[in-house]
Amino acid sequence: MYKYNDFDEAFVRERVAQFRAQVQRRIDGALTEDEFKPLRLMNGLYLQLHAYMLRVAVPYGTLNPGQMRQLAMLAERFDRGYGHFTTRQNIQYNWPKLQDVPDMLDALADVEMHAIQTSGNTIRNVTSDHFAGAAADEIEDPRPYAELLRQWSTDHPEFQFLPRKFKIAVTGAPNDRAVVRAHDIGLQIVKNDSGETGFKVIIGGGLGRTPMVGKVIRDFLPKADLLPYVEAIVSVYNLLGRRDNKYKARIKITVHENGLDKITRLVEARFVELRPHFQGADVALLERIAAQFAPPPLPEVGLGAFEQAFDSDPVFRAWVDSNVAEHRVPGHAIVTISLKAHGQTPGDATAEQMRVMADLAEAFGHHELRISHEQNVILPHVARADLYAIHARLRAAGLATANAGLISDIIACPGMDYCALATARSIPVAQQIATRFDALKLEHDIGPLKIKISGCINACGHHHVGHIGILGLDRAGVENYQITLGGTGTEDMVVGDRTGPGFAYDQIVPAIERIIATYLDQREAPEETFLDAYRRLGMAPFKAALYPVEKAHAA
Amino acid sequence: MPKPFSPKVVTANALLEGDVVYLTAGDEWTRHLHEAELLQDEAQASQRLLDAEMRPLEVVGPYLADARASDAGPRPVHFREEFRAAGPSNYNHGKQEEHA
Ligand code: SF4
Repeated sequence: MYKYNDFDEAFVRERVAQFRAQVQRRIDGALTEDEFKPLRLMNGLYLQLHAYMLRVAVPYGTLNPGQMRQLAMLAERFDRGYGHFTTRQNIQYNWPKLQDVPDMLDALADVEMHAIQTSGNTIRNVTSDHFAGAAADEIEDPRPYAELLRQWSTDHPEFQFLPRKFKIAVTGAPNDRAVVRAHDIGLQIVKNDSGETGFKVIIGGGLGRTPMVGKVIRDFLPKADLLPYVEAIVSVYNLLGRRDNKYKARIKITVHENGLDKITRLVEARFVELRPHFQGADVALLERIAAQFAPPPLPEVGLGAFEQAFDSDPVFRAWVDSNVAEHRVPGHAIVTISLKAHGQTPGDATAEQMRVMADLAEAFGHHELRISHEQNVILPHVARADLYAIHARLRAAGLATANAGLISDIIACPGMDYCALATARSIPVAQQIATRFDALKLEHDIGPLKIKISGCINACGHHHVGHIGILGLDRAGVENYQITLGGTGTEDMVVGDRTGPGFAYDQIVPAIERIIATYLDQREAPEETFLDAYRRLGMAPFKAALYPVEKAHAA
Repeated sequence: MPKPFSPKVVTANALLEGDVVYLTAGDEWTRHLHEAELLQDEAQASQRLLDAEMRPLEVVGPYLADARASDAGPRPVHFREEFRAAGPSNYNHGKQEEHA
């Protein structure tokens, strides 16, 4: 993975030193809160409902064991012994004290991490496919490009005050696991007719108040043109994006209001201007970066004790079926470590669990860990022969829940348990759904199903692209939950359809149960997934199950 | 007719810890809503908010939150204030931990 050079190191250290002085000046009274707030936000420090919150970037979701251990240390020393992994491949600490934050940032710098640009109207953490470099369907590892974009966007002088925040995601595979169509810029590595690799460039996707599927602005962009082209997009947006209304300030609205044709013309013209200025420095840098992402040596190995364990241990077999994905090298596998034990807070890991995962990555996983936007942790390169041993260690740490991609593998934002912007809670809804379906023992029978929950219209929990999406609102001073069905965040991204009126806090789990009962009852075969069944059946049977009284009235 | 004034408390987050705090009649910041001063009229409420805003070295973002009287002191009205007063629902952290 990428190693900081002297410049990166000096830059991050200097920012910590600046912030340390800024914190002191706030405490002494030399800075007002109005002056201090933008400074703390630039360093990832929010003030939430109950406490400060520090959001640390995990660039494109990649961590090494030393970094994971340092995250554990921070959790123990400065927080309540845990951290929360988010849908943007960040980690959030929910309880830091203001005076401790500079020390936390210094400790992060010790392991080449930072919290810069995890807030504010800047280019945020560049996210990527959590199976990058390992997936069987991948054309090329997207992370060197993500790192190039990270370096280019960090402290980019032109882009510190954009009309609104700006999110970029990169994937190297045709099966989109990085939700690139819901980003301000989505980049997908593709091959053109002459076999060259480049990018399909997608802009103007997003969730939030006005969900939009991103639109293709370039079918094929040569790799060498990545930075000038992305810079052209952001610079056109920087001038054209609305600053008069923050609900209309994201690039999705700029594209929507101006039309893709006009935006394309402006971007292409700006690209022609910018391109000569790069003079190949970006391409040279990319080569240096790419060398650091060389794949680990993965010899084709035998399966060892795998098959016997698979046949004889049903708990292990269930976990392999749901949490182990195909690796590009035969004999190897990608492991999803579920941070969704039934009844636990989605995305939370204790310091002890972080250490176990770091140890496993060291012992079995070529020192690599990934954070997924689905709030799980990935071991991208393990030998199948080691899976049984890995499973045993995970089990002892409460990390072996066999539910990846199933109904209890729920994305949930912090909601009103932590977030100052929330209109309702998300976490307890996720906990109750997971516990309920675990008790019913239906999870594996239901099969692939993505439930995503947001605690307000900002949609950090990606509810629009959940097969079942849940949005928590405040309706006249009471929590109320709207349901959407049929959303998906993959390469065929669709925004879900609203079922109708929302449900009270104590009615939302029964409502989800009715949806699932309808699906189980009406699916053609167990192989027909919830999403496929919804696409075939449409909304009607689910509506009938959700709002039976209304139907009686209409009859 | 103007809407009748609903009682309020002054609340904010402590500068150093970020904790939810409330202004008491004795001009102290308390962690406990039931110890807050319940403000019964608009002029008094605005005055107390101004007082709080003059204390930027102690708190961040003071505002007036609806509250209602009870035998055990002010109670929250809106569920957001209920969570702020109680702490998160997924762990026994924050205020709950201090009580324990
Ligand atoms: S969706 Fe809303 S409640 Fe949830 S984390 Fe985002 S801003 Fe907060």
